[in-house]
Amino acid sequence: MIDLRRVSKSFRKDDETVDAVRDINLTIAQREIVAVIGPSGCGKSTLLNMIAGLYVPTSGQVFYKGARISDVNANVGYMTQKDNLLPWRTVCDNVAFPLELSGVARGERVERALGVINHVGLKGFEHRYPHELSGGMRKRVCLARMLLYGAETALLDEPFAALDAQLKLVMHDLLLRLANEAGQTVVLVTHDLMEAITLADRVLVCTRRPAKLALEQRIDLPRPRDVLNVRFTKEFKDLYDVLWERLRLEYQEDRL
Amino acid sequence: MTAPEADTSAGLDAQAGAGEGAPVAAGRGFLLLCQTILGIGLLALWQLASGRLVDSFFISNPVDVAQRLIGWIADGSIFLHIWATVYATLCGFVIGAAGGVILGIWLGVSPFTSRLLSPYLNALNALPKVALAPLFVLWFGLGIQSKVALAAVLVLFLVFLNTFAGVREVDQDLVDSARLMRASRFQVIAKVIMPSALSWVFAGLKISVPYALIGAVLGEMIAANRGLGYLVQYSGSQFDTAGVFAVLIVIALLAMGLNAFVDLIQNRMQRWRMTGR
Repeated sequence: MIDLRRVSKSFRKDDETVDAVRDINLTIAQREIVAVIGPSGCGKSTLLNMIAGLYVPTSGQVFYKGARISDVNANVGYMTQKDNLLPWRTVCDNVAFPLELSGVARGERVERALGVINHVGLKGFEHRYPHELSGGMRKRVCLARMLLYGAETALLDEPFAALDAQLKLVMHDLLLRLANEAGQTVVLVTHDLMEAITLADRVLVCTRRPAKLALEQRIDLPRPRDVLNVRFTKEFKDLYDVLWERLRLEYQEDRL
Repeated sequence: MTAPEADTSAGLDAQAGAGEGAPVAAGRGFLLLCQTILGIGLLALWQLASGRLVDSFFISNPVDVAQRLIGWIADGSIFLHIWATVYATLCGFVIGAAGGVILGIWLGVSPFTSRLLSPYLNALNALPKVALAPLFVLWFGLGIQSKVALAAVLVLFLVFLNTFAGVREVDQDLVDSARLMRASRFQVIAKVIMPSALSWVFAGLKISVPYALIGAVLGEMIAANRGLGYLVQYSGSQFDTAGVFAVLIVIALLAMGLNAFVDLIQNRMQRWRMTGR
C-alpha cells in the first residue's frame, strides 16, 4: 500500500548539504505494522514526513495506494512525541477537530467524539484542557483523534518516548487494540528495540545518517500479543539478539 | 513588538505595595490620605505662587481653571469637544486595529510577500506618523476624517507588528497536523493561526489605545473646529492659560478612563489566557 522507490532526501543548510535518507526501497502492506528503528537523529522522522507528504523527496518517489504523493497525504494520521493538540480547545473539541474541518454538524461530532473518548479510557475528562492532563492522557487524546478521523494509516514518530516504562506498556496495548479494530496500517519510528519487537510485524534497522536500510526482520510472534509477557518468551529474546547484533554496530561506530 | 506576557499596566502602584507584609490594608488607607494631602498641598502651592512668585499669565491658578471648567460644563460646550475627540479616537482605533490584524495575518502567512514588503514597511514604521498629518488634512479635509486617519495609522502599525509576530510564533507542527486532517488554507488560518496569535493581538490592541487618543488630539491641534485638541490649541492662541490647563485636565481624565476601560476588558480576557496557555 505504501511504496518507497529509491527515495533519498537531503537538506541544504548554509551551503552545506546534509543527507538524511539515502536510497531507501520499502513496501508496506495494508494492515501491516512496521517499526523503523535506528539511532537518534538518523533520518527516520524524515522518512515519515515523506510518507505524510510534508517533505518532497530529493530523488525517488513515494506512492500511496498506487498514486504518487505530491501534496499533503490526508489519508494518514500523524502522531509524534509532541502532542500537537490545540491548547485552547477542550479534549472533546480537540478530538472532534477533524470532523469540524470536514463540516460535520456540532451535535453529531460531539456525540462521536464522546464515543471514542470513552473508548480510549478518558471518560470524565472531556471538558478538560490539554495542559490539565498528564502526558499519558494527552497520548490517549491523540489516539482518540486519530481513531475518530478514520486515518487508514497511522504514522507514529516515537509517540511514547516521553512516557515511563509502565505507562508505555499500557499505551502499547491500547495502540494494538485500536489498530486492530480499525484495520489500520501502522508505521512506527522508534529507538526502543523492545517497543519495536513488541508491536511490529516487521522491524527495519536503519543505519546512522544518512539512513539506509541495514536489516529487515519479520516478527512472527502470535497475535493478539500480550504486550507485557511477550518480552519474556524465548522467541522474543532470539529476535532481540538478532536485531541488537546489527543495531549495535551503529552505536559502536558512534563512539569511535 | 510586545510579548503578551509583558505587563505594561503594573506601574508604580504595584511596586509600592510589593515587599510589605501584613499591614497592606492599613497602609492603603494611609497612602490614599497622603496622596490627597499631597494633591491639596500642590494646588495650594500653585494658588499661592500664582501672581506672587510667577506671573499668573503663565501658570494661571486653580480657582480660575476650576471656574473655566465649570463654565464649560454649565453651557455644555465641553461635551461637544469631548465627544468629537472620543469619536475620532474610537473610529481610528477600530479602523487601525482591523487593518493591522488583517495585514499582520496576511503577511504572517505569506513569507514571500512579507520579505518583499519588509524594507518598505520598515521605512513606514520608522517614519514619525505625526508627520503625515498635513497630508491627511489635504486628503480628508478639516473634518473628523483626517483625525480618524491619523489615529488609525498610529494604531495600525502597532497592531500589525504584534499580530505579525504572533502569527510567526504559531507552532508549525500544529499547522502541519491540521493540514494532515484535511484543513483548507482558510481553515488553518481561522482555526489554528488566529486563536494561537490571539494573545499577541490583544497585547497590541492594549498598547495602541493611548496612541489612538494621541492621534486624534494631534489631528485636532493641527486643523479642526472642534475637539479637545482644537480647544487646547484655541485657548493657547487666545493667551487663555486657565483654558489650556482646564483642557489638559479633561484630556488626562479621558486617557485614564480609556486605560481603565482597557484594563477591564483585559481582566475579562485573562480567563481565556489562562486556558490558552
